[in-house]
Amino acid sequence: MNIEEVSALENSFNQVTQTLISKKREDEQFTLRLNGERSQFTRFNHAQVRQTGCVADGWMQISLMRDQQCSFRQVPLTGDWEQDWQVAFAALEELRDELPLLPIDPYLILPSGNNSSREVNSGKLLAPAAVVPTVLELVKELDFTGLYAGGVVVKAYSDSCGSNHWFATNSFTLDYSLFTTCEQAVKGILAGSEWHESAYRAKINADKKLLKLLAHPPKELPRGQYKTYFAPDAVASLLHMLSWGGIGESDIQQGNSALALLSRQEKQLSPQFSLKENFQQGLVPRFNELGEMVALDLPLIERGMLVNTLVNSRTAKEYGKLSNGANNTESLQVPEVIPGKLTSEQILPSLDTGLYVSNLHYLNWSDRPTGRITGMTRYACFWVENGEIVAPIENLRFDESLYRFWGDNLIDFTTFQEFIPEVGTYESRQLGGSLVPGMLVADFTYTL
Amino acid sequence: MWTKLTKAIAHFQIPADWIGIRVVKETSATHNVRDGLPQANGKSLTIGAMVEVLVHGCLGYAATNSLELSALQAAAETAYQQALAASEWFIFPFRESERPKVVGEYNSPLLEPLDTLNPGEINNLLVQICHSLKVDPKIVQTTASVNTSERENWFISSNGSEVYQKFTFVGTNYGAIAQDGAIVQQRTNNGSHANSYQGGWELFKQDELWQQVEQIGVQAVELLTAQECPTTRTNLILAPDQMMLQIHESIGHPLEIDRILGDERNYAGGSFVNQSDFGQLVYGSEKLNITFDPSVPGEFASYSFDDTGAVATKEYLIQEGVLKRGLGSLESQARAGIPGVACARASSWNRPAIDRMGNLNLEPGTATFEEIIGGIEHGVYMESNRSWSIDDRRYKFQFGCEYAKLIEEGKFTQVLRNPNYRATTPEFWHSLIQVGDAANWQMYGTPYCGKGEPNQAIWVGHGSPVCAFADIEVFGGGRTEEF
Repeated sequence: MNIEEVSALENSFNQVTQTLISKKREDEQFTLRLNGERSQFTRFNHAQVRQTGCVADGWMQISLMRDQQCSFRQVPLTGDWEQDWQVAFAALEELRDELPLLPIDPYLILPSGNNSSREVNSGKLLAPAAVVPTVLELVKELDFTGLYAGGVVVKAYSDSCGSNHWFATNSFTLDYSLFTTCEQAVKGILAGSEWHESAYRAKINADKKLLKLLAHPPKELPRGQYKTYFAPDAVASLLHMLSWGGIGESDIQQGNSALALLSRQEKQLSPQFSLKENFQQGLVPRFNELGEMVALDLPLIERGMLVNTLVNSRTAKEYGKLSNGANNTESLQVPEVIPGKLTSEQILPSLDTGLYVSNLHYLNWSDRPTGRITGMTRYACFWVENGEIVAPIENLRFDESLYRFWGDNLIDFTTFQEFIPEVGTYESRQLGGSLVPGMLVADFTYTL
Repeated sequence: MWTKLTKAIAHFQIPADWIGIRVVKETSATHNVRDGLPQANGKSLTIGAMVEVLVHGCLGYAATNSLELSALQAAAETAYQQALAASEWFIFPFRESERPKVVGEYNSPLLEPLDTLNPGEINNLLVQICHSLKVDPKIVQTTASVNTSERENWFISSNGSEVYQKFTFVGTNYGAIAQDGAIVQQRTNNGSHANSYQGGWELFKQDELWQQVEQIGVQAVELLTAQECPTTRTNLILAPDQMMLQIHESIGHPLEIDRILGDERNYAGGSFVNQSDFGQLVYGSEKLNITFDPSVPGEFASYSFDDTGAVATKEYLIQEGVLKRGLGSLESQARAGIPGVACARASSWNRPAIDRMGNLNLEPGTATFEEIIGGIEHGVYMESNRSWSIDDRRYKFQFGCEYAKLIEEGKFTQVLRNPNYRATTPEFWHSLIQVGDAANWQMYGTPYCGKGEPNQAIWVGHGSPVCAFADIEVFGGGRTEEF
């Protein structure tokens, strides 16, 4: 499936928009959102195919507003105009009947802009039939497991004021793990809009070297506090927690944020920690669910101080704040942690004796108001002594506050950053990712 | 629908050994109120078909949200090409026996259909719940939401299967956050989205609703001045609304045969359980009896057939502590040679079926609640999950609850806040010393069991009585003075 083949979706979406505008009554406002994909999902286990298939999906969400009342209908969008308009019109009629029954919403945001944008990122992906042999031929001697997800993802927005945004991207992710016979593993992600055989080959060759390190018998460590180097993927996992009761203004206002102490300036983080949203890479649409365009660059934490939270227009209206175009969940979409001074050559000498953690798993707040997070180490994690990798470790549980590991215990970030792509596929393929360095932390607490 | 699907299968021009179409039509409604004000209100309709083909032992699929004959034909061709392209590399030669012929029907139990309350009436109730939750000025946030869904499944195949299942779901979720300076405490109705069932509005408008709502508000405020849960090893008594999570994470997931076969190692993880453990491994104390039971009326994941056509029946997975059977579909059973259950389930039409929990229940014992508490010299009783984390092999876990009470000499003596506990799975289940009787068996559910590549969130149910565990590590929350 190439990007041109989604033109039927675009035509149908635009026709639905125009027809809704023509049918709308004077006192009505609406927004229309589209999410669609044409994706191939091929799942691997033991360097064989476990499941393989394609999904053609799309929906549009019509939100109708009148007299400070609002409701929505989400219905399929197939690209067949007659079929699509039939369900859209039925939805409109239902919404008209329902609105008078609903309570007044004093913080309802009506569409007000008149912005337009159109961004189409073409790609050069593997042909569907080439995915399996191309991926597996190189790893057929290895215990390879994972998922190839590729194809077109579309997001669009329009409204009764005339705003219209279209974003389509043709991209893939290959999210995989390579296992040793002792169930130690290396994790890898390859992503982009073009498949490069040489990049895949180079990555697998590098992974093979790590697999040799993992062949040593794993070391079982007692619980305690260890100096720890977190590779960028692990940093991205910790950062991801800020999207769940962290950096959103509504969570701070409603007593539901781990950053409330930072917001009230009762605590501060290390001056080495700076975080921003960076939309410059064009990986995700810059328009949000209200058709608002987000700033290309939004600083959030600067030198350990909270300078901005993520504020959407609804929260701004409710709490008298200024919106910065955040999405409806006020979550991070393309966060970037500013690099530090630790070069890649200095990582092991600076760690000296401690843990090298490549990945983390299953993070959750163990006590959100104090910023305490629990989770597990996963994949290629090593015990390091005197600046040398000694052995892989048996996985450890940690339980530690962000006010410590991004506070006084933060030693440094690396000079390099890595882009960690979002590979989630709940309901549909997710976009975006994090640009993060590695980090060195003192006295990180492991509990089991 | 049957006519359309029968015609489609007859028209497919592909040389497949077997073809199936699974259509899902789901209308779900969301009503969400915070602090008495509407936050989200609306309905979502999804409808589409999963076409699956078997070609020389390889399964390929294609899913489409158009049920037009041309779209179904295109999907069948795509599925066929997918299977063909993978044929040299496929993991196991599946046969038609993994897609047996089955004919039947299932309908959720239902007293008050979902159209008997209009959105205005629903919102009024939710607004009233928010007001009732705010029992004190220290309550800084109140929330009330209800999610309903009506889901129809049609499954038809080239070997004669015709299954229709209609599910009606209702889930309620309400809670309060209380704050006093830096101390913040949350209380909900049995943990996030735990009150999820099959049925109608009779599940929402229960007699005890207003009493429960008030208690949630009162307990949120009570927690502000409660003692921290002590850091110690002691007896741990878990209410059914926490047992739900405990069973799910440390019994359900590790017994999924696809995890044991390695399918999930790149995402959800593997398992500490091995193929050779079935029939041998002593998983827990002899008081531990776990069933896969899709036949409990009203439990969230009851059904008669899984998504590949396997007939769903009640089976013991663990009996008197011994591991007997896994959570494995017909595909996993064929691959692993381990007895399984009818658990091939897909989150919707756009995802293939994989091994899932359905209803996974801990069968009642004989102890009354009073006998359990009365027999504890020192311990902590915990209710309602608030934090959950377990490793990829389902071995080392740490869970936290919303509300706890200290037990001293057989009596509750004080309320505790920020209760947490951690253990390894075998150690924990071997520490099971008391299982409550049928009178304190309660069932809950969650719509958000995540697994699979591509990812799928599916609904599962868990029933359990109150249970007691000996010598477990418990501890409290973080202290700001520590950093």
